[in-house]
Amino acid sequence: MTAAGAAGRRRPPHASFANVLSSEWTKIRTVPSTFWTLLAGALIIIGFSALWAWAFTASFDQLDRADRASISPTSPMQIAFYFGMVVFGVLGVLVISGEYGSGMIRASLTAMPRRAEYLAAKAVVVAGVVLVAGLVVSFASFFVSQPILMINHLDGSLGDRGVLRSVFGGGLFLALIAVMALGIGTIVRHTAGSIVTMFVILFVLGIVGGFLPGSWGRTLNQYLPSNAGSAILAPVRQSGSLAPWAGLGVFALYTAVVLLVAVVLFRSRDA
Amino acid sequence: MILARGLTKRYGHKTAVDRADFSVASGHVTGFLGPNGAGKSTTMRMILGLDRPTAGDVTVNGKHYRDLGAPLREVGALLEARAAQGGRTARNHLRCLARSNGIPDRRADEVLRLVGLEAVAGQQVRNFSLGMSQRLGIAGALLGDPPILMFDEPVNGLDPEGILWIRTLIRQLAAEGRTVFVSSHLMAEMALTADHLVVIGRGRILADTDMRDFIDTNATSHVLVRSPRLTDLVPLLSARGWRVDPEGRDAVRVHGTPPDAIGDLAADHGIRLHELAPVRPSLEEAFMRLTGDTVEYHAGTPGQPPIPPDVAAGGAA
Ligand SMILES: Nc1ncnc2c1ncn2[C@@H]1O[C@H](COP(=O)(O)OP(=O)(O)OP(=O)(O)O)[C@@H](O)[C@H]1O
Ligand SMILES: [Mg+2]
Repeated sequence: MTAAGAAGRRRPPHASFANVLSSEWTKIRTVPSTFWTLLAGALIIIGFSALWAWAFTASFDQLDRADRASISPTSPMQIAFYFGMVVFGVLGVLVISGEYGSGMIRASLTAMPRRAEYLAAKAVVVAGVVLVAGLVVSFASFFVSQPILMINHLDGSLGDRGVLRSVFGGGLFLALIAVMALGIGTIVRHTAGSIVTMFVILFVLGIVGGFLPGSWGRTLNQYLPSNAGSAILAPVRQSGSLAPWAGLGVFALYTAVVLLVAVVLFRSRDA
Repeated sequence: MILARGLTKRYGHKTAVDRADFSVASGHVTGFLGPNGAGKSTTMRMILGLDRPTAGDVTVNGKHYRDLGAPLREVGALLEARAAQGGRTARNHLRCLARSNGIPDRRADEVLRLVGLEAVAGQQVRNFSLGMSQRLGIAGALLGDPPILMFDEPVNGLDPEGILWIRTLIRQLAAEGRTVFVSSHLMAEMALTADHLVVIGRGRILADTDMRDFIDTNATSHVLVRSPRLTDLVPLLSARGWRVDPEGRDAVRVHGTPPDAIGDLAADHGIRLHELAPVRPSLEEAFMRLTGDTVEYHAGTPGQPPIPPDVAAGGAA
């Protein structure tokens, strides 16, 4: 008699936060999409970093003094991040939308019905995974572009002012993007819809912001999510951009708001 | 023990479950029976805390589902056949669920063996047939070795072998002393597996009774009598106070008496009988009568008279 008898006497392990974390960690590493998404994101960011380092190098002779001065050792990375960061968002989206799409969410929530904790465990795991992957990608894209920039002495080292912070911050930024995407995925619940939303927030808004007229337009532009977040990638504060940590802080704030909305909706909606 | 009190769920203007009161007692197989759209799945989702009741509430062992410490160890549920992410292997799918409740990884292989999926444990779930997915879902329900099991239409879409397997499994689980709550829209299926019945129609609980009682109340028997001298026989039958309904040209259905009394009566008056047959309506019929006016999506049946609403009461005499 294993069914009813044993349960009462010896107190069995329960659906603790640690156990749910372990479950989420198992989930994220046992679907192939995690690996492929991370690989795609890494290839895009590292590849574009190399490409833009080369572009800066090749066009160096045509640039005027001001343009040359504006190029930093992390400039290629900054551009590459702009194209590649949304891929890390896709991973955050898939972590939850994959469950909605397959019906797994109902199995998961019968195993762990305390939804805020459930989402928190997902956020911790996705943040951890993308932080590690993001740091690797960030450092790799920095190192891959330096030898190319060196040709025109545009390169730098991690010891230069603000460079280590930029490269390290790149990893943090990607982790925050993935967590924001998890929130978006929880709110939207469909993979395609969530990815489009992420794309608009990170990519389209940044472009639109560049066209905003006047000083209010420039101010607003700084606070747009992708512009605020990517301020961390510049070794020294650039004009028309927030200070590095302030920018990342603003992005973290957006992430927190999205996640908060996600938790409230997730708890109140039917699964 | 599952207890629902005034359980109600509305989706917009649509009331899917309407003030449902019922209980699922421990150690039995309780069938949850109702036509399509009656509210069975909605009720089960509310029991599991997936859907939030509009009013009323439901508890499992006296607690709301969300307050269960280790839900998988208390309730195992199969809701939909396909509830696993395609890219994951069967074993990993079960491990993900198991870990959240602190259940060791090896339990995944145990339950896979139990449902006969050990050979495909390492295969991606996306390639599974409906029957295999169903088995995987049941494996998930068994992970925590729970004393309560809930299955929503477990035989849907299965081949005869699969149906037999589920039926045997349910009986076996009950024999181990577990509580099983299983929904179906097939009365015959329930008749084979359930001890107790909760019948739902258009969100309302129509019956919450013992299977035996349900049969006695709703599937009352009658006697089919065929005779060339019906015109003489019918007044005699009616005079005894038995209800007589015409059945075709040369037969009647007699309610409220065993066949021998009819045979004796006919013999006493020298009336020849060509047929004297006790008829026990199928449970399917009893179910149809009970839910007849609550079925939501009627198939058009031209020319068929409506079922009288007093059938259930009629047999009690
Ligand atoms: N999420 C939802 N939104 C709106 N209406 C819903 C929702 N879920 C169920 N319903 C409606 O509630 C009613 C009950 O549905 P439910 O799925 O519980 O029935 P069921 O008894 O399980 O039927 P079936 O035998 O077909 O599975 C149906 O009319 C259905 O259309
Ligand atoms: Mg259903």
